[in-house]
Amino acid sequence: MKETKIWQEMGLTDTEYQLILDGLGREPNYVELGMFSVMWSEHCSYKHSRKALKMFPTTGERVLQGPGENAGVVDIGDELAVCFKIESHNHPSAIEPYQGAATGVGGIIRDILAMGARPVALLNSLRFGSLDNPRVRHLFSGVVAGIGGYGNCIGIPTVGGELYFNSCYEDNPLVNAMCVGLVNKNNLMKGWATGVGNLVILVGASTGRDGIHGVTFASEELSEASEKKRPSVQVGDPFMEKLLVEACLELIENNYLVGLQDLGGAGLTCATSETASRAGTGMEIDLDRVPLREKNLTPYEIMLSESQERMLLIVEPSKESKVMEVCHRWGLKATTIGRVTDDQILKVYQDRKIVAEVPARMLAEEAPIYSPLALEPAYIKEISDFNLDKLPEIVDANRVLLALLSSPTIASKEWVYGQYDYMVRTSTVIHPGSDAAVIRIRDTHKGLALTTDCNSLYTYLDPYVGGMIAVAEAARNIVCSGARPLAVTDCLNFGNPEKPEIFWQFQKAIEGMSEACRVLQAPVVGGNVSFYNERNGSPIYPTPTVGMVGLLENVDKRCTQAFKKQGDIIVLLGNSYNELGGSQYLLQVHHLVKGKPPALSLEQEKALQENLYQAISQGVINSAHDLSEGGLAVALAECCISGGLGAKVVLKKEDLRVDALLFGESQSRVIVSIKSAGIPALWQLAQKNGLEVNAIGYVGGESLTIKVDDREWINLTIKEIEQSWKNTIAKLMS
Amino acid sequence: MKFGVIVFPGSNCDLDAYHLVKDVLRKPVEYIWHQQNSLKGYDCLILPGGFSYGDYLRCGAIARFSPIMQEVVEFANRGGLVLGICNGFQILTEAGLLPGVLLRNQDLKFYCQFVHLKVENVNTPFTNFIEPQKILKIPIAHGDGNYYIDEKGLNSLLEKKQVIFRYATAEGVVSDEANPNGALFNIAGVISEKGNVLGMMPHPERAGETLLGSTDGLFIFQSLLNYLEKL
Amino acid sequence: MLYKVKIVVMPRKGILDPQGQAVAKALDTMDYKGINSVRIGKHLEMELEGENQQIVEETVKEMCEKLLANTVIEDYRFTIEEA
Repeated sequence: MKETKIWQEMGLTDTEYQLILDGLGREPNYVELGMFSVMWSEHCSYKHSRKALKMFPTTGERVLQGPGENAGVVDIGDELAVCFKIESHNHPSAIEPYQGAATGVGGIIRDILAMGARPVALLNSLRFGSLDNPRVRHLFSGVVAGIGGYGNCIGIPTVGGELYFNSCYEDNPLVNAMCVGLVNKNNLMKGWATGVGNLVILVGASTGRDGIHGVTFASEELSEASEKKRPSVQVGDPFMEKLLVEACLELIENNYLVGLQDLGGAGLTCATSETASRAGTGMEIDLDRVPLREKNLTPYEIMLSESQERMLLIVEPSKESKVMEVCHRWGLKATTIGRVTDDQILKVYQDRKIVAEVPARMLAEEAPIYSPLALEPAYIKEISDFNLDKLPEIVDANRVLLALLSSPTIASKEWVYGQYDYMVRTSTVIHPGSDAAVIRIRDTHKGLALTTDCNSLYTYLDPYVGGMIAVAEAARNIVCSGARPLAVTDCLNFGNPEKPEIFWQFQKAIEGMSEACRVLQAPVVGGNVSFYNERNGSPIYPTPTVGMVGLLENVDKRCTQAFKKQGDIIVLLGNSYNELGGSQYLLQVHHLVKGKPPALSLEQEKALQENLYQAISQGVINSAHDLSEGGLAVALAECCISGGLGAKVVLKKEDLRVDALLFGESQSRVIVSIKSAGIPALWQLAQKNGLEVNAIGYVGGESLTIKVDDREWINLTIKEIEQSWKNTIAKLMS
Repeated sequence: MKFGVIVFPGSNCDLDAYHLVKDVLRKPVEYIWHQQNSLKGYDCLILPGGFSYGDYLRCGAIARFSPIMQEVVEFANRGGLVLGICNGFQILTEAGLLPGVLLRNQDLKFYCQFVHLKVENVNTPFTNFIEPQKILKIPIAHGDGNYYIDEKGLNSLLEKKQVIFRYATAEGVVSDEANPNGALFNIAGVISEKGNVLGMMPHPERAGETLLGSTDGLFIFQSLLNYLEKL
Repeated sequence: MLYKVKIVVMPRKGILDPQGQAVAKALDTMDYKGINSVRIGKHLEMELEGENQQIVEETVKEMCEKLLANTVIEDYRFTIEEA
């Protein structure tokens, strides 16, 4: 083994190999080395990110479980808790889009199940290159079909998410899947192998050769060679997972389980070593008992297989037969493969011989922690040098508005979410297409607001401000739907962290996000890091996707973006500035990636959200929509389209440029529509919260017209606007 | 008056049908596991939507061989009311309780959206509460809802007034543009010759509460209650 | 005796085959010209114990009629050989 340095092929460095030698006091055998290589991969060990992740605030009075378990858990009252997590499946989706995305969904559902929760909603954050490229269209349609194929079959509604197109994702698309579950607090499970003598039961699919070294694959850059690694990609079986969900929930409900863990990345190695390590116990498993899909799998293959739809149960011996009975009724194979021991060692047997013997903790917890070098990339200075005064003034605002509305990043996403069953479970009360989706919680008055957000153009220009904005925008979306933010799960998609410029982006983004999470009182309760998102050395924009969950105390108080009533007054909350850096206007119209992202004052943001939340709770507000990509004009158009109503708007120019006023993306702004009788109440609230509010027009007619002072800049019928916006993606895909 | 919701492995709208009957109609309802083999005491059976047995091989093909299906056939032959929704409709055609088949959607994509239905026959146990000319707004969510039957079969269906729902515009115009999946003659739902077994692709159980966006599905359930009360 | 059975299930003539049409269209846009039609069916392989070929044949026919094909829209054919 020493001669060939086989550990290098498995992705371990010489120093890491030395650590293994020191820890074991001997040379590892081939199986053991394989187990170390997957558990010490970036994907499982977070060796490059762990230190930086410590910056996140992770506690709060409602937080029942922060990072470290399979998913975060937050108390929502009524003896209930919400459990959620987001995870990436970028590399598998780049190789085989349908199965890559489908198994991404399957994996995140099992994470939620492992906490004892019933999965009730799915979201996705997706990013691709330009749809003009046929290969991108192939990836995009495959990913959407894969997400739908899995979610629709298993019967969990896909209620929301986001979709961006940018050439930086051309060869490295991002597929981040989020799952949300509900659990009775008494039924919360943990992935702990407690109780010496307790049995270890493997339930679900049989084990095959698929996905071996999947985590190592996820921990390196994509290249021509990775195309050949196709066997690493697993195939999903949503029907099997549906049975697994029902069976596990029944086992939990009957109190038959001591611990529960999903098998995902690094398969059986990860599930056994993590459960034992968390509990401070050891474990013996017998590979002869593991049901196999093909004959003659080696111990190495069995321990590293990432076959999907498997769960590990820790069960008291007296309950073994009852567990088997439930699994059998659901048509699932369940096999006792080992037991919990007290020696903290993971022992793996085959043919009655020990094939691996490693301290569980060493695998699960003792990977080296790195402090990579961070250096500000040279591009930051270059692109931030941008003089707005040199940008030509806008000529035809109508044309610009239609161009923005028909750009795939802003256009309607119905082509995507129409392929997802977003209604199953009959609890989705705000459908995809508004600021945040809302699901009701049966047998209570409550609802959950769900969103994912990240504008990676901002994080590219300034990762710190961009990170803050990702959190602030998610929270703003939650508040626009009538809820209060509860907590965050994040999916940090970056390039190769061993490059100092990438690690600088990573650190700065986390700093910004942490600051925003603290001020907006939304702690981070879990998430995932995806590094090495590069193709042939060229990295994606830093993309720290924020998944956020909010709570509505009364689901009848929910709010959508659609204008509701002729004659309602349109009010702009917040201030507009001369900001165009990082805007879609600059990108789509002037083809520039320049400047600084819009500034964000977290105090202003907090005041805005507090004000909006109170106004919606008081029932003053008829619609609310956050201003994001495309600015005020695009937001107004979206309110009109979704309500099927026009609007007449008059803006004051003051010292602003017209393009910045119409299409700038200044932060901490929301458009609301209200009955005129509600004006005094809203003004009073705004005064109390120190918030700028301006009545800018009223709902009515069949057109959207926007005047700046005396000059009319926008005059388009809702039909024209809708046509530009509605069918862009469908047309590009047909 | 008792409803039964049949649960196959892979059913996933069983919960929705159950809750509609229990919480909205406020009538007794029970889940019936596919391995059960008695249907005593039920007045109406619902075969819910979902992906029974993963919809592997063909939608509904494997579910029809579940032990409970023999009982369902006998229940139907005795005149019992059976409502098959989406996957339930597919199972009923596979089991031969309803004519025709459901093929892949014409453009091969799954569609989740609200559609409008023209009601072709209001003299059935499932539609008697619906005013003639009323257009129902009810969602669909399927990948295999493209109804097909040969010409002879279609003529027979029309003659016997077995076509119950057709995809239409909000104004009630039956047109290609209103047809989401390529179904022959825009057929969204058909009834058995005896009039006691209805299969439909749209999900009436998803249109039973204002907060879900429509309550038009209740017309179908209200018709059922009406019919059962008069028995 | 062990037999190897290969079964082909095809959509019946005249039945719309959207998958086949989609593939035909894709091939055409990839510049494979002259394709008159594409139809997509299923190919099943199974190993089956049976007393003799005739009994196996009857069993397989029954399987096809009952489950493997929907004879309203699909035809089937199969071959049997000793394994």
